[in-house]
Amino acid sequence: MRDVKQFVAGEYDVVVVGAGHAGVEAALASSRLGMQTLLLTISLDSIAALPCNPNIGGTGKGHLVREIDALGGEMALNIDKAFIQSRMLNTSKGPAVHSLRVQADKKKYHTEMKKVLEDEPNLNLMQAEVIDVLIEDNEVKGVLTRTGAVYRCKAVVLATGTYLKARVYMGEVNFPSGPDGMFPANLLSDALKEKGFKLRRMKTGTPARVHRDSIDFSVMEVQPGDEEIVPFSFMNMDKGLDIDQVPCYLTYTTEKMHEIIRDNLHRSPMYAGEIEGVGPRYCPSIEDKVVRFADRDKHQVFIEPEGLDTKEMYVQGVSTSLPVEVQHQMYKNIIGLENVRIMRPAYAIEYDAIDATILKRTLEHREIKNLFFAGQINGSSGYEEAAAQGLIAGINAAHNIKGKEPFILDRSEAYIGVLIDDLVTKETNEPYRMMTSRAEYRLTLRQDNADLRLTKKGYEIGLVSEERYQRTIAKEMVINEELERLKNIRINPTEEVNKKLEELGSTPLKNSISLYELIKRPELNYDNTIIFDPDRKELKREVKQQVEIQIKYEGYIKKQMAQIEQFKKLENKKLDHIEDYSVIKGLSNEAIQKLNHIRPDSVGQASRISGVSPSDINVLLIYLEQMRRKGKNND
Amino acid sequence: MLDTIAAISSAVGEAGIGIVRLSGKEAINIANRVFKGVKNKELIQAENRKLNYGHIIDEEGSIIDEVLIVYMKAPYTYTREDVVEIYCHGGIIPVRKVLELLLRKGARLAEPGEFTKRAFLNGRLDLSQAEAVIDIIRAKTDKSFQVSMNQLEGNLSKKITELRDQVLNMIAHVEASIDFPEDDIEEITYEELENMAHRVIEGIKELLNTANSGKILRDGLNTVILGKPNVGKSSLLNALLRENRAIVTDIPGTTRDIIEEFISIDGIPLKIVDTAGIRETEDIVEKIGVDRAKESIELADLIIAVFDASRELTEEDYNIIDLIKGKKSIAIFNKTDLPNSYTMEDLRKLLGHIEIIEASIANGIGIDKLEEKIKEMFYSGSLELDSTVVVTNIRHKNQLEKALRNMESALEDIRANIPLDCIEVDLRDCWDNLGEISGDTISEDILDRIFNEFCIGK
Repeated sequence: MRDVKQFVAGEYDVVVVGAGHAGVEAALASSRLGMQTLLLTISLDSIAALPCNPNIGGTGKGHLVREIDALGGEMALNIDKAFIQSRMLNTSKGPAVHSLRVQADKKKYHTEMKKVLEDEPNLNLMQAEVIDVLIEDNEVKGVLTRTGAVYRCKAVVLATGTYLKARVYMGEVNFPSGPDGMFPANLLSDALKEKGFKLRRMKTGTPARVHRDSIDFSVMEVQPGDEEIVPFSFMNMDKGLDIDQVPCYLTYTTEKMHEIIRDNLHRSPMYAGEIEGVGPRYCPSIEDKVVRFADRDKHQVFIEPEGLDTKEMYVQGVSTSLPVEVQHQMYKNIIGLENVRIMRPAYAIEYDAIDATILKRTLEHREIKNLFFAGQINGSSGYEEAAAQGLIAGINAAHNIKGKEPFILDRSEAYIGVLIDDLVTKETNEPYRMMTSRAEYRLTLRQDNADLRLTKKGYEIGLVSEERYQRTIAKEMVINEELERLKNIRINPTEEVNKKLEELGSTPLKNSISLYELIKRPELNYDNTIIFDPDRKELKREVKQQVEIQIKYEGYIKKQMAQIEQFKKLENKKLDHIEDYSVIKGLSNEAIQKLNHIRPDSVGQASRISGVSPSDINVLLIYLEQMRRKGKNND
Repeated sequence: MLDTIAAISSAVGEAGIGIVRLSGKEAINIANRVFKGVKNKELIQAENRKLNYGHIIDEEGSIIDEVLIVYMKAPYTYTREDVVEIYCHGGIIPVRKVLELLLRKGARLAEPGEFTKRAFLNGRLDLSQAEAVIDIIRAKTDKSFQVSMNQLEGNLSKKITELRDQVLNMIAHVEASIDFPEDDIEEITYEELENMAHRVIEGIKELLNTANSGKILRDGLNTVILGKPNVGKSSLLNALLRENRAIVTDIPGTTRDIIEEFISIDGIPLKIVDTAGIRETEDIVEKIGVDRAKESIELADLIIAVFDASRELTEEDYNIIDLIKGKKSIAIFNKTDLPNSYTMEDLRKLLGHIEIIEASIANGIGIDKLEEKIKEMFYSGSLELDSTVVVTNIRHKNQLEKALRNMESALEDIRANIPLDCIEVDLRDCWDNLGEISGDTISEDILDRIFNEFCIGK
C-alpha cells in the first residue's frame, strides 16, 4: 500500500491520528494553544463515538472528567449537552469517593463534539486512514495516509483506540474489523512494528444492543436518575441543566441462561484459546462470571438507553464472545427479555497496543521527538481515561513546539497524574481502568475540588478562559472567608444552646467552642447549625459543600497533606539527566535494567518500579548528592 | 525536616557497655523524656559533649538501666545533626530495652546504614567516601533483608501472613464497595468491619505478647548440631541444657519442624536450632532433608558436628564433613570411652583447620572444653553475633506496634461511623506496617483480591 504515489497535501504544527475521546481532546488542546492542527479519522461518523457502554463518569472516571474540565478540556462540557440521566454514586460514603455518572445520548454526544471540532479556528478535520508516521533522525516529520497524502508536521499524537489490527470475535466467526463495524487500521500497526515498536494484544468486549419494544420492563426494577442534577462542568454549576431524565432498568440472568453458557463454553474463542489478548478483569464477559462464580444463580443486568432518538438498548453486564446463535438463546433467558430482538450482536475485539513504559510522563516517546501516544493504544481502557491522556498529549505537543516546559501532573495533584504515572511506570498486563483505590491521596483528590486544584494550571497553560479563572478565584475566596468567619463565631454553653443541641441529637456543651469546631460533630453539619448562626448569608451549593468538607475532614486531609509532603521530596529529586544507570556503582542488575528501560523522571517514580529495591533508592540518593557536590566544585 | 533516628550502635555481645545512638532535631527532647539524672537535672540543660550520669526510666517509672549519656550539638557530630549517645550496660537486653523505649517516645528506627547516609548527605563525609557509603548501605540493607526473611521462618511468618490477609480482606471489602457501588456485591456493614478490626487487634496483641515474653523474638548465635543417628547429639544438647541456663524451653504442642532452644554460656547467647530433628529421629538430615539441612547450615553462626569414634566413618559422616568445611565449626570426637575404630588424627586430616574436641558426652567428658572453645571463639571475634538480627527483631516489634495503633484508630473511626474512604487510610497503613515485616508491600494485591473475591463487572 505504501507504494502508492505520495504527495504533500499540507503542513501543520500537530497532526492527531484518531478522533475518539483521546484524539478530540488532543486536537482541541493543541489548536486552542495556537497550533495549526489536523485531526484525521477513519470515519467522520465515528468522532467521539461511545462504542461500548452509554455512560460517562463513574467511580474514578467521574474524577477524571472533572479534572479534564478544570484544565480546559471538552469532555465535561460536551456530556452536559448530551446526557439523558444523571446520578451521583457513592453518596452514602465520604465525599472523596462521590462519583458522578451519567447516561449519554451517544448520537448527540458525537454530533455535539463534531460541532465543537468544526467550529475550532485552528483545527482541520478530515477523514483519512493514516498508514505511517514519518520519522527522520528520531524526530517526527509527518504522516502518510492510505491515499498517498503526506501531511508534514512538527508533532504527531497517535490516538488510535482499539483500531490497530482490530479483530472482532463472535464464537467461531472472526474477522478484521474495528469497533461497531468500522474499518480497522492494519497498515499503521505494521508500520509501527517495522519501526521496532513492541506491540501487545489487548482484548475487550461489548454486549448486544436490543430493541426497546421487545423488552418487558414490567418485571424489572426501574432505575431513575437523581432528583437533583449536578453538572459535570464547573462552568455549568449555576445553570439549571434540568432535563426529562430517562430511566435505566435492572434485571437478572437466570440459571437456565447459565446452563446455556456452560453448554457452549467450548465455542467461546476465549476458552478455546483463539484470543491471545488480555481482557480487563473489571469488565468480564458473562461466560467468565458464570465460570468463576459458579455458585451464583443470577447476575445483574442493566438495560440502558443508547439515546433519545433510537430504540436500541444496551444490555450492561452481558458482554460475550459466544456465537450469535448462542447469544439469541442466552439473551432470551434474561428475565424480561424472553421475546428479545437483538439488533447488534455482542462481540469481543482484539487490538494492538504499545508498551507505554517507552513514554515519558508527557506521553511523548522517550527517543522519538514529538511523537505522542494517547488513549487505548497505551493500554488503558475507557472513554474518560482516553480523554485525559489526549488532553495531556495535546498540551505537551504544543508545549514542545513552542519550546515551553513540559506539563506533568503528579500523583498528589490529580487522578490524571496517577493514571499516566501508572501507565508509563508499571508494566500493566490488562487494559488499565481508573479506580479510586489506585489514588493514594484520594481524600484530597476529590471530584468536588478539581476546579480548586487545577483551574489555575489550566489558566497558566492557556486553555482556561479568563471567565472560568476568575470564577474559581472568587469561589476560593468565598470559601476561605466563610471558614474564617465560622472559626470566629463562639458558641457558649448557654441553656438555650444546649437545648438546641439536644434537639439535634447532639450532646450539650460544657465549654465555649467555635462554630467551626462544633460542625465537626458527626450529627451536625453546615446546614443544621444555621440556628447558631443568625448572620449567615446564603451561599452557593458548591461553596457550602467545600466549607463543610474542609471542616469535617480537616483531620484526615491534614494527615494526607503530610503524606503528600513526604511524597514530594522524592518526586523533586530529578533523575532525567541520567543517561546510563550501569555507571552507578551499587545498583542491582535488575534495577539497572529496569531504570534504563523506564527512565524515571525522579527518585519517586523510580521507587514505584517493580524490581527497584529500597537499597537501590538509597544508592540513587547518594549518587545524586555526589553529583550535586561535584557540580558545585566545578562552579 | 528529617526525622530523628535511633539505633544500637555498638556490636551486640557480652561487651562491657552497649551504645544506643539518636540523631536528628528531636534527639535531645526524646532522650530527655526517658532520662532521669541525679538531682533531677534536665538533660536539655546538659552541656555539649559532657557526660551525664543517670537512669533510663520507662513509662511506668521503672528503671531500665543505669547509664551515661552525652549530648553532642550539631554540626560537629558524625551526622552533622544533634546526636545523643546513651552508654548502657553491656549485653543485648539493656540496649534493646532502651532502644525500644526511644522508639515509643518518637524516634524512628534507623534504616541500615542510615547514620552514615546522613553523615554523607549532610556533608560530613567527602566525595571520595561516597562509594564506600554506598557499599555499606548496600551490604547492610541486603543483609538485614536476608536476616529479616530468615527470622520469619515458621510461626511468626505464618501469623503475620494471616493477619495481613485479614486486613487485606477488610480493605478489599471497603474498596470493592467504593469502586464498584453498583455491582452485585454485598456491601460490608460497619458491624462486620468492627468485628474484623477486633480480630486483627487481638491477633497483633497476641503476637506482641509473645514478643514481650521473649518466645519469638530471641537473639543468639545460630547454632546447629550435626551428626549421623546415635552419634550423641541429643546427649550433647541435654548436657548443654543441664549445665547452662536454658532461656526458653520449647513451646509445647508446637507443630513446627524446627524447634529452637536458647541457652547462655557465661553470657554468650546460643540459639540451637533444629533440635526437633535431633530428638525425634536423631537425624537432622533425614528428618528435614538434605536441602533444608544445607539451608540451616548456611544460616548458622556456629556448627557443632559430632562424630562417633566407636564406629567407622560412613558416607553420612563424609557428607557432614563436606557440608561444614570452611564454616565456623567445632567437631566433637565422641564416645572415646569405647574402643576406637579410627583416631582423632584420621579425623583431623579430613577436617583440616576445624577444631576437634575429644569427648565422651554420655560421661560428661568434654563439655567443659566445648564451652571453653565457644567462649574463646566468641571473644576472639571469630564468632560474631550479627547485630542486624537484634535490630530486625526490634523492627518487627516496632512495626507490630505501629500496625496495632493504626488498626485501633480504624476501629475508633468505624465505631463513629466515619465514611469508609477515611477508615481505609488507617487500614492501608496497618497493612503496610505488617507488610514491612514480611517484606511484601505490593498494592496490586488489593485489586487481585477484589477481582478474585467479588463478581465485578456491571
